[in-house]
Amino acid sequence: MVKINGNSCDSVIGINLHDYLMSASFDHRRIAVEINGIIIPKNQYESTIIEDGDNIEIVNFVGGG
Amino acid sequence: MIPSKDELYSAFEKLHGYELANKISKASVTICGLGGLGSNVALILARSGIGKLTLIDFDKISLSNLNRQQYLFSQIGMYKSDALKKNIAEIAPYTEITTYAERITEENIGRLLFDGDVIIEAFDDAESKAMLVNMIAELYPDKYIVAASGMAGIYSSNGIKTRKITERFFLCGDEVSDISKENTIFSSRVSLCAAHQANMVLRIIDGKIDA
Repeated sequence: MVKINGNSCDSVIGINLHDYLMSASFDHRRIAVEINGIIIPKNQYESTIIEDGDNIEIVNFVGGG
Repeated sequence: MIPSKDELYSAFEKLHGYELANKISKASVTICGLGGLGSNVALILARSGIGKLTLIDFDKISLSNLNRQQYLFSQIGMYKSDALKKNIAEIAPYTEITTYAERITEENIGRLLFDGDVIIEAFDDAESKAMLVNMIAELYPDKYIVAASGMAGIYSSNGIKTRKITERFFLCGDEVSDISKENTIFSSRVSLCAAHQANMVLRIIDGKIDA
């Protein structure tokens, strides 16, 4: 089972992080992605394959400060 | 009258006990962005007796900053980093301050000196926030980063929270209230968020690594 921001999502197993983020319409410039406790560097999005058991958190930043 | 360093730090020891006061007085924190978040975080940490602050912001103070940022009308036109250093000196004369009036970018982030174990992300722009968190995690994986996202408007105070994302990354805010024409930034909620960030820093300094 894969969890993305707390929701179960098994259809993404085997695809790379870059493609998932594109398909889910995330703006790459505004996010940080953590998988199993590690923040994934942007240049590793394409080489990171989503695996069974992954716990993924996508932080989507909004403006203001 | 300004107290001596010994007088001030023995007052902190009386308030907080030797162990915690000593930890705070030895801590060093870098604050990236000195607007409504960063200027408030800096003053809270200074008042708490923090040992060293590194203050980074490229911008100068304008009239529209003063509804929420810790500057004075007489400081309009000054670099925020210079003005904040001055304001801190009035309330925490023995906190060591280093300033950079520079914009942090992906290109220069590797050569800027991020002193201390904890970095505060206090930018206003969403892309800059994401860039800093990603780059710090990549280049300085041992540092803690305490970021903020979602504090626009005058929604409920209770929506602002601190969340632990990884062992080294904490996020404060409601995570959804974006800035817009209808949803502007008020001192009340940005200060709440800044207080969350400053409190998380103090918890990290005290070894309490949870939100």
